[in-house]
Amino acid sequence: MPEEQSPSWKLEKGIKGDFVFKGLTALFAFSILAILLLMVAEMVLASLPAIRKFGWSFIFDRQWDAVQESFGALAYIWGSVVSSILALLLAAPLSIGTALFVTEIAPKRIGSAIAALVELLAAIPSVIYGLWGILVMAPWLQRTVEPFLIKHFGFLPFFQGAPYGVSMLAAIFIMTIMVVPIITSIAKEVLLAVPQSQKEAAIALGATRWEMLRIAVLPYGKSGIMGAVILGFGRVIGETMAVTMVIGNTPQISLSLLNPAYTMPSVIANEFAEASSKLHSAALMEIGLILLVVTLIINILARFLLWGVSRGPAGGIK
Amino acid sequence: MIAVNSLFGRKTKDRLMTALMAAATALVLLPLGMIFFHIVRMGIGSINLDFFIHIPQPTGEAGGGIANGMVGSFLLIVIASLIGLPIGILGAIYLADYGGGPTSTVIRFSADVLAGIPSIITGMVVYALLVVPLHGFSALAGAVALALIMIPIVLRTTEEQLKMVPITLREASLALGVPLWRTSLKVTLRSAMTGVMTGILLAIARIAGETAPLLFTALGNQFWSRKLTQPIAALPLQIFSFAIAPYEDWHRLAWGGALLLVVVMFGLSLAARYFGRIKH
Repeated sequence: MPEEQSPSWKLEKGIKGDFVFKGLTALFAFSILAILLLMVAEMVLASLPAIRKFGWSFIFDRQWDAVQESFGALAYIWGSVVSSILALLLAAPLSIGTALFVTEIAPKRIGSAIAALVELLAAIPSVIYGLWGILVMAPWLQRTVEPFLIKHFGFLPFFQGAPYGVSMLAAIFIMTIMVVPIITSIAKEVLLAVPQSQKEAAIALGATRWEMLRIAVLPYGKSGIMGAVILGFGRVIGETMAVTMVIGNTPQISLSLLNPAYTMPSVIANEFAEASSKLHSAALMEIGLILLVVTLIINILARFLLWGVSRGPAGGIK
Repeated sequence: MIAVNSLFGRKTKDRLMTALMAAATALVLLPLGMIFFHIVRMGIGSINLDFFIHIPQPTGEAGGGIANGMVGSFLLIVIASLIGLPIGILGAIYLADYGGGPTSTVIRFSADVLAGIPSIITGMVVYALLVVPLHGFSALAGAVALALIMIPIVLRTTEEQLKMVPITLREASLALGVPLWRTSLKVTLRSAMTGVMTGILLAIARIAGETAPLLFTALGNQFWSRKLTQPIAALPLQIFSFAIAPYEDWHRLAWGGALLLVVVMFGLSLAARYFGRIKH
C-alpha cells in the first residue's frame, strides 16, 4: 500500500536544486499545519475580550443584547445542538439504508448510477439548498406539513404554535437533505471495504441477505459508519447559509419545532459584518471559537474511526 | 414445522428490510430530485441575454442580470487558485517524495482537520487577519479565504495521485542522473497530471459555490468593482441576498444564478470524471 512507499533514497550532497526544492515543498507542506494553528490562535485571541468579560456564563446565559453589551450564547448553542442532532437522527438511518441498498442490494449498474447521482448532489452548494429551502420548502411546510402536525400532534409540546414555515423544523429538514449525500458516500466506501469472503462465509452458513448484512457487513463496518455519521455531525453543525435562510433567525429556546430558532453559524453570518462594538464582535468570535473547538473534536474523532477502516481490522468478524 | 415457520419468518424479515432500504433510497432521492427540478424549471425562465450582460437593477425595477457576480466569482476563483494550487501541489510533493514518518502524518492530519472546519470560520479568521489590518473588505481577502478552503483538498487528492505513480519510475529517472527535484516535477507530477487535474477541478467546483467565507471578506458589491482592494460581487453571495429579499424579480435572478452555478459545477465534475477516466 502507498504508506510503505516512503522514499528510501538519500539526497546526494551538492545538488543545490534538490536542497532548494525540498526546502520549498517542506515550507508549503508545513504551512498547512501553520494555517491550522494560526486559525485556532487567531480565534482565541480575537475572542479574548468576550472570554474575559463573561467567563463561563457566556455559554449558560441566553441574553444577547448588542445595545446593553450583554452577551450569552445559550440560545444559539441550543439551536445548533438541537437542529444538528435531530437532523442526524433522520439522516443516519436514511444514509445507511441507501448505502446498503447501493452496495449490496441494487443491481450493480443501478447502484452505481444512484451512487454517482448522490455524489453529484453532495457537491451542490449550501446557498442553493437554502434558496430552495426558503422559496419552495418553507412555504410548503407552512401550507401543508405544519398545519397537519398542529392538528394531529398539537398536544405534544414539539408541535405547538403557529405555522411560520421558516422554523427549526425547516432547518432540520434542510440539514438532513444536505448531509445525507455526505454520510451515504462515506458509508458506501466503508461497506465496499468489507471483504467478500466475510459475506460469502455468512451466506454459506445459510444466512438470508439481511442476516448476512447484519452479522457480517454491519459489524465489520461499524466504526467506519460511526465515523461517517460523526463527520456528518461536523458538517451540519457548521452549516451556515442554508440554515440561516430557513431557520427564522430568532434567538429563543423553545421545545416546539415549529418556532423559529437561531444557530451559532447563522448569528455569525448575520451579525459579524455589522458588529456594533468591539465586544459584540469578540462575542461573535467566541461563538466561532466554540464552533471551531466542537468541529475540531468531531473531526479528530471521525478521522480516527475512519483511519481504522482503511487499515482494516486484523481478524474476522468483530 | 417450526423450522419452516422460522425460515418463513427470516425470509419475511429479509424482504421487509430490503423494502426498507429501497424506501430509504427513494426518500433520499426524492427531495434531491425536487431541488434539481425546481432549479431547472425556475432557472431556465430567468436566463436571457440581459441576465448575462447586466448588473442587478435597483430594488423594484424589473430586469437586470448578474454579470458583475459572474466576473467577480471568476476573478475570486482565479486568484484563490493562484494562491492555493502551488501550496497544495508542492505540499503534496513533499508528502509523497520527501516526507515520511510522523511529520507527514501530522501534516496529513492537519489537512483533514482543516478541511472539516466550517467555512464561515475561515471567513472570520481572514477577516481578522486581512480585512481589519487593511481597513476594508476586499476581493483579495475573499480570494485568500477561498484559497484556504482549497488547499487541504488539493493537497490530499494530489498526494493520493502522486503515490500511485510507481516508485520504479522515479528510480529509473534517478538512475539516469536526473536530480530528485526534477524527477518530482517532470516524472512523478507529470505522470500523475490527469489525476491531479481531477483534484484541482473538484476543488474549484467546491469553492465556486462557497458563500459563507465571502460574507466578511469579499462582502459583495451591487456594482462593478474596479480594484482588488475593494469589495467584489460574487455569484453565491448574490444568490443569497436575492433569495432572502422579498422581491419576485430578485428571486428570479437567484434561480437563474443557481441554475448557472449548478451547470458550472456539474460541468466541472464531469470534466473531473473525464480526467479521472483517461488515467485508466
